[in-house]
Amino acid sequence: MKWLRRISFGILLTVAAACMAAGYLAPAGYEHQFRDLPAAGPSAQHPMGTDDVGRDRLARLLYGIRVSLLLAPLAAALATVMAALVGGVAGYAGGWIERCMLLIVDLFLSIPWIFLLVTVRAALPLNISPQASVTVTFALLGMLGWAASARVICAGTRDLMKSDFVWMARASGFSGFKLLRLHVLPNLRDTLLAQFWISVPVFIITEANLGALGLGVAEPLPSLGSLLGELQQLVTLRPEPLRFVPLFVLIVIVSCFQILLEKRQVNV
Amino acid sequence: MRRWWPWILLLAGLQLQAQPGGELRFCIHSYPRTFNPLLVEDEASETVRYLTGGVLVRMDRITQKLQPELATEWKVSADGKRIRFKLRTGVRYSDGTPFSAADVVYTMQQLMDPALHSATGDAFRSGEGAVSAQALSPALVEISFPAAVANLASLFDTVAIISSKSPQREMAVLGPFYIAERKAGSYILLKRNSNYWKKDANGRPLPYLGAVRLEVEQNREIEALRLQRGEIHLINAVVPAVYDKLSRSDPALVRDAGVSADTEQVWFNQMPGAPIPAYKLAWFTSTNFRRAVSEAINREDMARIAFHGHARPAVGVTSPANRFWFNGKLNHHPYDPDSALRRLKQDGFHMENGGLRDKSGNEVEFSIITNAGNSARETMAAMIQQDLKKIGIHVNVVTIDLPSLLERVSSKFNYEACLLGWINADLDPNLQMNVWLSSADNHQWNPKQSSPSTSWEAEIDRRMKDQASSSDERKRKQAWDRVQQIVWEQEPFIFLVNKDALVGISPAVKNAQPSFLRPQTFWNVEELEVK
Repeated sequence: MKWLRRISFGILLTVAAACMAAGYLAPAGYEHQFRDLPAAGPSAQHPMGTDDVGRDRLARLLYGIRVSLLLAPLAAALATVMAALVGGVAGYAGGWIERCMLLIVDLFLSIPWIFLLVTVRAALPLNISPQASVTVTFALLGMLGWAASARVICAGTRDLMKSDFVWMARASGFSGFKLLRLHVLPNLRDTLLAQFWISVPVFIITEANLGALGLGVAEPLPSLGSLLGELQQLVTLRPEPLRFVPLFVLIVIVSCFQILLEKRQVNV
Repeated sequence: MRRWWPWILLLAGLQLQAQPGGELRFCIHSYPRTFNPLLVEDEASETVRYLTGGVLVRMDRITQKLQPELATEWKVSADGKRIRFKLRTGVRYSDGTPFSAADVVYTMQQLMDPALHSATGDAFRSGEGAVSAQALSPALVEISFPAAVANLASLFDTVAIISSKSPQREMAVLGPFYIAERKAGSYILLKRNSNYWKKDANGRPLPYLGAVRLEVEQNREIEALRLQRGEIHLINAVVPAVYDKLSRSDPALVRDAGVSADTEQVWFNQMPGAPIPAYKLAWFTSTNFRRAVSEAINREDMARIAFHGHARPAVGVTSPANRFWFNGKLNHHPYDPDSALRRLKQDGFHMENGGLRDKSGNEVEFSIITNAGNSARETMAAMIQQDLKKIGIHVNVVTIDLPSLLERVSSKFNYEACLLGWINADLDPNLQMNVWLSSADNHQWNPKQSSPSTSWEAEIDRRMKDQASSSDERKRKQAWDRVQQIVWEQEPFIFLVNKDALVGISPAVKNAQPSFLRPQTFWNVEELEVK
């Protein structure tokens, strides 16, 4: 299946390149309202038509994917670092420390995250720019989304601590930070990378859920979530296949990430 | 064979009598919180009260005039403190108990009991002292109030008369239907009240319908789909996007009943102790700033785009749909960004690097909060953001869940500007006392003032008290016209649009006459028939 992974990588690269070149490819800025053309169909000026306020759909899609593709990996990195700290310490220390830390992890996993996110979003200062709001949203996702990875990393660390080479290292006098740096962390690298790549599509979808509820990225900045919000109105969905493009793009991006991940998971 | 046909005709006749008019079905969006008509506060309970309760007078939703119901005549005293009703005789409750003046007295006693905490009763509280009701004869009743009550007779439109003698208590009703069956959270089945007193012009007993089925359905998209499938017959409020869709696919299903009394508005937080910077409070308390923001918003575009053309630019607090109380001398604020900039200049604002700055050099930037999930409001906020950008004002749009928004606006006062709407269920301005008095809780821009903080708010207080204490409609209209004028000049609320009343009515329903007043589609339920 090497060819499939290559195609997936190519698609992701193309999408990323198109988003970076949004300023050149899109006929207008994502916030510009063509008020004489609200909800217009495809035309030479607007290849994907306009939304209900007259904003160019292509521009909003390109900028929306850019937001998701840039910030989801950052949120995933934050979540992986937090998971590595909590899971790594729990697995390394073992005993009552591990039990206490896993209790905290279970507590985090049992929290209804959507309500927590809604509450935290509502408590944020109102006067922050859309760019800051989107950064805060993804940072929140990162800070709340580490628990599942922490369990995996804890289990990986625990197994490593029981492995022969760690016993031998200990017998040779290695302990503490030196043991962690030279023997544990290098062997956890693949697990951490796998957790990072798993988190990226999860956070893209989570932002999409928040955006569809109207609680994601602030206007006028688009994101995949806010673009998907249009699909909520069952009755008003006119026979406009272009309205489904953001959903199609989201499925393609997440699928490509999953295909790329398969090999990494097999390796781990 | 010939011997059979009279029997067939008789059976057909009995069948027609057994199910007069068929069953009307529509959705309510929650299960009623109460079936006690005196405790109604939510929309679903109000629907049940309207369909089952018998009232002394009823507002005709088309002519906007009071019509006699259980009272055949009424007279308000010159001082506005007393009202006398002459009652219809020979009327019986759904369980057969006779109706008399004693029931009106009992209803008023229950309604005004402080222990009951009735929102309907609050409208009658005009001053210190008790409300007394006296049966002068079995068909004559007089109700006295400690102080004059404005719009007194109309208030009885919402008072369902309960029985003082029936063992069924409030479940014995005088309205066209009674509650026959109900399943919490699912449905309520109302059946025709065979004791209902009203007849049509041909002497045929009303209502024509045999039953009304209210089905609980929260999702308005599914409600619209059910109307399309013919599972329900009515929708009281259709959102513009759905209206457009249905008007293309099934034009017979939807009707535009014209501009409504509902408003959409934005306002600035002017509360002195609010957690916002002092320089922003200075902007928000400036009339020039508020007028400039108002003039920079393109209301025509908003009505055309956010409401698909089913709205009108708002003039002020009272909609032109409210024929008597609307101040016809006023027009909506025109879209004029140049005039807006001139007004801002008068307050020392100036443009710098494409952005507006105040006289101290602060960049003019504020946030507007609105409730998440309301697509029309989200569109309006995006349009305001774009319009104000043209005069150099940077707006941050924040959509938050409704409970958080209400907490910010009503208790924490932690917001800068808010975009929300009002549903004006009543035409009379007296019911807006809790908004316009500077001491009121709902005086949103600066609530609970110990004394009016501006001279124009002091004048609004005076005029509102004048209209509330007078029974002379002409004087009340003059006072309310002046309040509208002040609000138009000062713009504590920047009124944006009045939405049209868009309704869904199945072609199977006969005699429907939709109105912008609630309940829009079934206000004449007695005359409705289902084919």
